[in-house]
Amino acid sequence: MSLTNERIQQRLTEKFGDVLTGFEEPFGMLTFTAQKDYNLKVMQFLFDDEELRFRFLTDITAVHYPERKGEELCVVYHLHNFVDNVRLRLKVYTPVAAPKVFTATSLYESANWMERETYDFFGVDFVGHPNLIRVLNVDEMTYFPMRKEFPLEDPMRTDKDDEMFGRGGHF
Amino acid sequence: MARPVQYNTNVKMVEIPEGYSGEGFYATSFDKAIGLARKNSIWPLPFATSCCGIEFMATMAATYDLARFGAERMAFTPRQCDLLMVMGTISKKMGPIVRQVYLQMAEPRWVMAVGACACSGGIFDTYSVLQGIDQVIPVDVYVPGCPPRPEGIIDGFMKIQQLVGNESLRRRNSDRYKELMESYGIK
Repeated sequence: MSLTNERIQQRLTEKFGDVLTGFEEPFGMLTFTAQKDYNLKVMQFLFDDEELRFRFLTDITAVHYPERKGEELCVVYHLHNFVDNVRLRLKVYTPVAAPKVFTATSLYESANWMERETYDFFGVDFVGHPNLIRVLNVDEMTYFPMRKEFPLEDPMRTDKDDEMFGRGGHF
Repeated sequence: MARPVQYNTNVKMVEIPEGYSGEGFYATSFDKAIGLARKNSIWPLPFATSCCGIEFMATMAATYDLARFGAERMAFTPRQCDLLMVMGTISKKMGPIVRQVYLQMAEPRWVMAVGACACSGGIFDTYSVLQGIDQVIPVDVYVPGCPPRPEGIIDGFMKIQQLVGNESLRRRNSDRYKELMESYGIK
């Protein structure tokens, strides 16, 4: 019997109850939200449980929702069970004013660089990370470029049009 | 009887600089002689990061043949090179490296920014791209285009040759030049 999304959801709600909310299955991938302080507990359970065996971390990234007051930043974990080839998505919301989330480095070694990247672009402060410094951008950068707090480019600009690069416009 | 050897009569010679010649000697100013020598043996240091670098490879190849200009010796080293050709997008993280290469070159040195990215950041108006290398090092010639054709690069190179040939030997000791260097924090 292979592992189904219903079964995973059943096991998780038995274990955690109200901590997990918002279960949904976009494109067949189980997605749910955990309370911020429980992210490690949930992942540890998914890792250790002999039935679930989510022992591979595919990706960590974040999303910025400026309109969600008090939970502007969402950290997204993608976990993979290689044995049954099942994936799931775990979300954790944190306020942008103090974006502190527990680090997953003790559980997954690969989280080290992924969390550094997430810190680099979104400014999520992973508590307990062994070396939380920028990994892609210059160290002197004082802002987090992927946050939606920068004005969009003026659409009337002409100084970077194709014509300025010797393309298009004239045939 | 005509000689069997056909001489090539199309060899282009550099014009002799203005000077004073007499029986068995020729006198001219150092400026002109050294300028002539320098401008016809510029050794470029290609700093190619992206598409403009490919265009530069075409410039080096047989069709356009940059070596005609005495730029036969390309070297990926600051040793003995006088022309830094920056070709391609320079990200903010690459900026210090470009600057380090520039600082390691000996005076006199010239810089050519090839293509829109090196000149002004080009289409990459983003948080990670340096908006023109003239923010970190002084630039002598800007070559526009995205990417510039090999003719454009050669045109820029000939502009550099003009600068080199007409530069006074004392320019690099002048107050204005020192001021420029200090504005870039170069001692």
